[in-house]
Amino acid sequence: MRRLIVIGFPYLWLALFFLVPFLTVLRLALSDADIAIPPYTPRWDEPGWAGLREVIAGWDFENFVWLTGDDLYYRAYLSSLRIALVSTVLTLLVAYPIAWSMAKARPAWRPTLLMLVILPFWTSFLIRVYAWIGILSNEGLLNQTLMAMGLISEPLLILNTDRAVYIGIVYTYLPFAVLPIYANLERMDPSLLEAACDLGCSRIAAFWRVVIPLSRPGIIAAAFLVFIPVVGEFIIPSILGGSDTLMIGRVLWDEFFANRDWPVASAVAIILLFLLIIPIVLFQRQAQRQREAEG
Amino acid sequence: MTRFGWFNATALTLGFAFLYIPIVILIIYSFNESRLVTVWAGWSTKWYGEVLRDEAYLSAAWISLKVGVLSSTLATILGTMAAISLVRGGRFRGRTLFSGMIYAPLVMPEVITGLSLLLLFISLDVERGIGTVVLAHTTFAMCYVSVVVSSRLVSFDQSLEEAALDLGASPFEAFRLVTLPIIAPAVIAGWLLAFTLSLDDLVIASFTSGPGATTLPMKIFSAVRLGVSPEINALSTLWIAAVTVGVITASLISKRNATRREQEAAHAN
Repeated sequence: MRRLIVIGFPYLWLALFFLVPFLTVLRLALSDADIAIPPYTPRWDEPGWAGLREVIAGWDFENFVWLTGDDLYYRAYLSSLRIALVSTVLTLLVAYPIAWSMAKARPAWRPTLLMLVILPFWTSFLIRVYAWIGILSNEGLLNQTLMAMGLISEPLLILNTDRAVYIGIVYTYLPFAVLPIYANLERMDPSLLEAACDLGCSRIAAFWRVVIPLSRPGIIAAAFLVFIPVVGEFIIPSILGGSDTLMIGRVLWDEFFANRDWPVASAVAIILLFLLIIPIVLFQRQAQRQREAEG
Repeated sequence: MTRFGWFNATALTLGFAFLYIPIVILIIYSFNESRLVTVWAGWSTKWYGEVLRDEAYLSAAWISLKVGVLSSTLATILGTMAAISLVRGGRFRGRTLFSGMIYAPLVMPEVITGLSLLLLFISLDVERGIGTVVLAHTTFAMCYVSVVVSSRLVSFDQSLEEAALDLGASPFEAFRLVTLPIIAPAVIAGWLLAFTLSLDDLVIASFTSGPGATTLPMKIFSAVRLGVSPEINALSTLWIAAVTVGVITASLISKRNATRREQEAAHAN
């Protein structure tokens, strides 16, 4: 009985506030837009089998067809995937040397270094993105510094371009990438590297053939933790990106709040979810395996 | 090869410079006299006064605090229950779905979570306000709590609970007197994480809140869209200061507890 409560209560909560909402989105994606409050004509009203048959008969995929008709959406999905892919690679490239160096630091320093990586994560995401406006703008500190040093004569155009979005993503998601890689490298047995060196491997070869393969689970976890949320990212493109920075999170937001076309917004969300379902399932498998390996 | 070399020192220096320079610049410019944020015109604390006198920011901060405390407390209770079910519950029907529902929200894009919850609230005809934001925040934060708590549950010895049961404790007493004290640090960490996530969330709150329930991030976002402003710099500095003090205090307390535990263990031996 008690076991039933402990399992049942959070189970029901998640079913009601996580699973059911998805079905609601799916239903709305198959509805027609309407000028009303709420602004759509729902389908799927009658209960029972008759209702279900009616629903299926009445289904139209016109919101999805509409999405294929306008190449804005198509370009937005592609550009979100591209930005997410490039920025995941960039984030990993920045994160790996940091994680590797933390793992090699003296054990007494490690808790402090770890806290320094985690601390920005506790401060507001919004504020950390905002902090870059003053640095990257045309009269911003970066341009002022570079011009004062005589390196450039004209300010670099960074804010309101994709470049600013990449910088923002690498900056805000860096802790998410450093932590899993560090956790993996820290557990690595240093004698493996010594063995490689003793057997005549050069430092760089040892790194490529021993360290990188051994830290693969950490790299994979980090890549998922960055890639998946970045595909649907809204705050970074809307604060740092330009009007031509197309990302699907932003399109969905505008469709919903500015155009008030809820069915189209829902269709956009459903397709985004389908795009992410494969990485999400892979990520869950990975997390499960990791837990089983540790437990 | 295994020693900490110049490459590692450079990587750490550059890495931490990258992480901290933007924050330091933000803090310095919050004390700038000029309204023009890129021109330095001398030290001043006047923007702090402006922000602290601004009713709109104060009421948004108050709403965010209320939402944060309520949702993180609920999320801690639900998340701990979920962790216990997953780690100690054995096999039960729908376990895969359950663990899926715990892990999926961790990576789900916020726009999807926000949109889907809003549609749920509308189809149930729930009036949107502080309550709906609390429900939404509880839902995604409980997943984080459950991950934090279950990692602690996995690592502790189940025979301690069994011993308590053998010695005549009821299951509830065994939980209260044995399990809870052991997982307490993780439960507290989970609460803090849930509180921070709630305080910081913009996207989900924007979808699920109604009139009269503007949270602090929503207020900041509407100001930030117009560009850099000295009031926001001051507000951000206050936020960063509060978080830094909180995190350092928490880590000092947990360090002290760890040392005390080690000493007790040494005495016991």
